Amino acid sequence: MLDQNAVETEIPEKENPVESLLRMDRMPHIWCPGCGIGTTVNCFARALEQSKLDLDSVSIVSGIGCTGRVAGYLNLDSFHTTHGRAIPFATGLKLANPNLKVVVYSGDGDLFAIGGNHFIHAARRNVDMTVICVNNLIYGMTGGQVAPTTPVTAKGTTYPYGSYDPPFNLPYLADSSGAVYVARWTTYHVRHATKAIKEALARRGFSFVEIISPCPTLYSRRNRLGDGLDQMNFYKENSVIKNGADTKDVGMDFQGKITVGKFVDRERKTYRQLMNEHLTNVFGEQYTPYEG
Amino acid sequence: MKKVQGTVVIKADRCKGCAFCVDFCPTDALQLSDQYNAKGYRLPELFEPEKCTGCDLCGLYCPDFAIHGFIIKKVA
Repeated sequence: MLDQNAVETEIPEKENPVESLLRMDRMPHIWCPGCGIGTTVNCFARALEQSKLDLDSVSIVSGIGCTGRVAGYLNLDSFHTTHGRAIPFATGLKLANPNLKVVVYSGDGDLFAIGGNHFIHAARRNVDMTVICVNNLIYGMTGGQVAPTTPVTAKGTTYPYGSYDPPFNLPYLADSSGAVYVARWTTYHVRHATKAIKEALARRGFSFVEIISPCPTLYSRRNRLGDGLDQMNFYKENSVIKNGADTKDVGMDFQGKITVGKFVDRERKTYRQLMNEHLTNVFGEQYTPYEG
Repeated sequence: MKKVQGTVVIKADRCKGCAFCVDFCPTDALQLSDQYNAKGYRLPELFEPEKCTGCDLCGLYCPDFAIHGFIIKKVA
């Protein structure tokens, strides 16, 4: 209860703290009511603020899809690439200017179906970038087709009687391809996701954060799972936090338990370090290490 | 018990009525109001202002950047 000794200590602020990082002239955004992508953008913006990075040296790249629109809404140097090619573009960006902090922000379809090949090779080479994947378990923008992450028995427009394709286990794929940081959270775990993005931004090497998000218009409607809020409550009740869990065991079943947490955190030499070391060994004094 | 007094700012034109803020408010200070915005979405309201601690969890959950909370007073 308020009492008479109440003292004003702060001047009320009118603007939302993340507005400075967003292109407010493009709001309201295109995402459906109950979609979690906006929440992940909120987490990302706050992680970026807390990480105290120089915003002029941060660039964000995204592909095509609902999550691909993120690059257009963030007030950073951004590029909206062709479908699936966000990681090759980001690799080129990082090689041309190693001082940049490159972030790839895209959806599960763009990163793992159309651009799956690029993902595994960027992780294998350990290109220094942060990949944030918003996984809504379906192709959202094109109308609810079954994606490589759709769990078995979930329905999509291309599998009206339920999918029978075994899905990808994204943390396992990233781990086995060689990512140095792998975490998975849901849009319910906003504080954890913010912290994970902050940690991923601080890592040198290929860091990967998967955020599971509701898709109320396509995934939830076709599978009769209610709206975005029902999915958020489902995440709240069915998420199991297991930091350091073996990524082999974190696959997802249709409406089953979701294992979340930070799974991998290790150090490996980045692509540029390996290149400089190898070429110095071969050419000796003749070679000037590439620093951008 | 309570050490701070907070409040929220709601930008009605951006809200899409998903009710994440209402459901996940740690002190249950928010509820869905009887008001609708121009697009027909039902808006949240701060119906028990004295309960708000300005934690800004609503702001962190909001997918539309339409609500945020902040501390206005520290109660001695």
